[in-house]
Amino acid sequence: MTATPTAPAGTTDQGRVITYSEAVREALAEAMSADERVFVLGEDIGVYGGAFGVTGDLYHRFGAERVRDTPISELGIVGAAVGAALAGMRPVVEIQFSDFTCQAMDQIVNQAAKIHFMLGGAAEVPMVLRAPLGSGTGAAAQHSQSLEAWFAHVPGLKVVMPATAEDAKGLLLSAIDDPNPVIVLEHKLLYRTSGPVPEGAGRVPLGKTAVRRRGRDVTIVATGVMVQRSLEAAERLAADGIDVSVIDPRTLSPLDDAPILEDVSRTGRALLVQEAPGHVGFTAEIASRIVESPAIYRLLAPIRRLSGLDVPIPYAPQLETAAVPQVDGIVDAARSLMKDS
Amino acid sequence: MSKLGDDATTATRTLRTMWQIRRFEEAVDDLFARGLMHGTMHLSIGQEASATGTCFALRDDDAITSTHRGHGHCIAKGADLERMMAELLAKETGYCRGRGGSMHIADVATGNLGANGIVAGGIPIAAGAGLAYQLQGLDRVVVSFFGDGAANEGAFHEAVNLAAIWKLPVIFLCENNKYGMSFSTEKSFAIENIADRAVGYGIPGVTVDGNDVEAVNEVVAAAVERARNGEGPTLVESVTYRWKGHSKSDKNLYRTKEEISEWRDRDPIIRFERSVVERGVLDQAAIDAVRAQATEDIRTAVRAANAAPDARPDDLLEAVFAPATA
Repeated sequence: MTATPTAPAGTTDQGRVITYSEAVREALAEAMSADERVFVLGEDIGVYGGAFGVTGDLYHRFGAERVRDTPISELGIVGAAVGAALAGMRPVVEIQFSDFTCQAMDQIVNQAAKIHFMLGGAAEVPMVLRAPLGSGTGAAAQHSQSLEAWFAHVPGLKVVMPATAEDAKGLLLSAIDDPNPVIVLEHKLLYRTSGPVPEGAGRVPLGKTAVRRRGRDVTIVATGVMVQRSLEAAERLAADGIDVSVIDPRTLSPLDDAPILEDVSRTGRALLVQEAPGHVGFTAEIASRIVESPAIYRLLAPIRRLSGLDVPIPYAPQLETAAVPQVDGIVDAARSLMKDS
Repeated sequence: MSKLGDDATTATRTLRTMWQIRRFEEAVDDLFARGLMHGTMHLSIGQEASATGTCFALRDDDAITSTHRGHGHCIAKGADLERMMAELLAKETGYCRGRGGSMHIADVATGNLGANGIVAGGIPIAAGAGLAYQLQGLDRVVVSFFGDGAANEGAFHEAVNLAAIWKLPVIFLCENNKYGMSFSTEKSFAIENIADRAVGYGIPGVTVDGNDVEAVNEVVAAAVERARNGEGPTLVESVTYRWKGHSKSDKNLYRTKEEISEWRDRDPIIRFERSVVERGVLDQAAIDAVRAQATEDIRTAVRAANAAPDARPDDLLEAVFAPATA
């Protein structure tokens, strides 16, 4: 995509295109400007601007107190966010790679997720944990995972995977507003992609599935970077006369399944695409919801899941590419689904 | 600075709190033994001075985080005895409406940010609350209670370091009761005093006799003053002993009867009573009255909690997430 011309001063630019990463930064800046309780903390997010450049110049705009560099101390950082949230602040933590949440799991799973419930509703933990996830950067097994299903399995955590620049901003703003802990998983390959984010674009509600494209033949449900790959596959399939829907749940927990069930009931075919390994993955939940609903009676073919291989992400580029779904694989899977029915 | 036993009013209040803790724990022990209480429990009998001396150095608007052995901390911070007992008895009127139980009692209104079932789980949370107060420009402080076992968790290291580099208003209060479940501090530490670890973080570390309520209070008060003045955290090691087992499954296979009996002779409550009598602050009749009052306080709490309605399962799903207010 190309950048659109700057809008005349004093008007809002409805066609503005910015990067996913700029959209995240804009959300952080707007939230900090609007609410002094909001602050961000994480490793190398200050002068350095973040390992993926997401916080950028926020340190210079908001100062070292509110754009707070921390030691390499994930458990401590997340715990500090839990405590600050309990004591009236709205912390936004950046964990440099989502893999490093493993270092902080006690505070995420045993503390943040449970405090509101466990305390009988007497306290709230309004915190956000942002973390880049996914493969495709040659960073190998400890810097490339997709652990979203772990978080989505824990009652008390909300889990968000924005797939577009507009959602990256809008879902983050809603996450910061939310009185609960929200995990926002940003795909690294999306940071440099661009999309329309109108000036003044606001909140995108949590727990609302997006229908990215409406088709007749196959319902593709995809998360994270797989949304973009599925949209690309959809164009190629259209050239073959196969008309697909692409549905992006956006919020994995709590899940808005109604648009998915409705679309599958219409097409009779479901292709579920995720980057994470298939075994016990998030799309297994989607498949279960389909077969537990009346949509099962409308199925013309067995549900098809296309997932990452059940392997750690390898280093070599050809191996890494082979380990997770690519556009070709999505096209092939949709075609075979049509043949099966 | 005046001591807790210097005047009759403060001495009475101190003594009553310690006896309330003792009687509360005894009542819980008894209810469990008779099969009238569910779950598990971690009693703090023998550690009453540590909880009381510490919390009595705080203002009402200061905060604490607590541990699985947290009943004493709650009571000393001013929790309502009936709501605590109701929580343990699985009642709707309990602090957590039956969803938390013994290990998760919190009372945010009195600055109790919560007990914790995870060893060291509350330490980073305390640092975070301290960070919030610092950012908000408030002069509140946070005490994080934890045991000797927690000082070997990574969370301890990370949280103390954060508090040290940011000069957070936190007092890290390590209750060294000699055992992490069955594992003795002799085996789990290669240093003599846990407070010595403070050097590694560039903060003061103090070891205090945790069975001396006045000594604990003085040490913590100094740490609180330092924290309130923006000078940062202190690590306080309060050396004490739990008379009872770790939890109800404990058969005391790892320690001797002699050792337990030696520590029972160092009863922190009796010690304070003797001291105030010797100093002429309270007489025996006043002390007997405090004991009787504390016993009655707990009886009332048990009676009222027993009569309260049971916790209800009907809104469990709605309780997972806090509702949006905006």
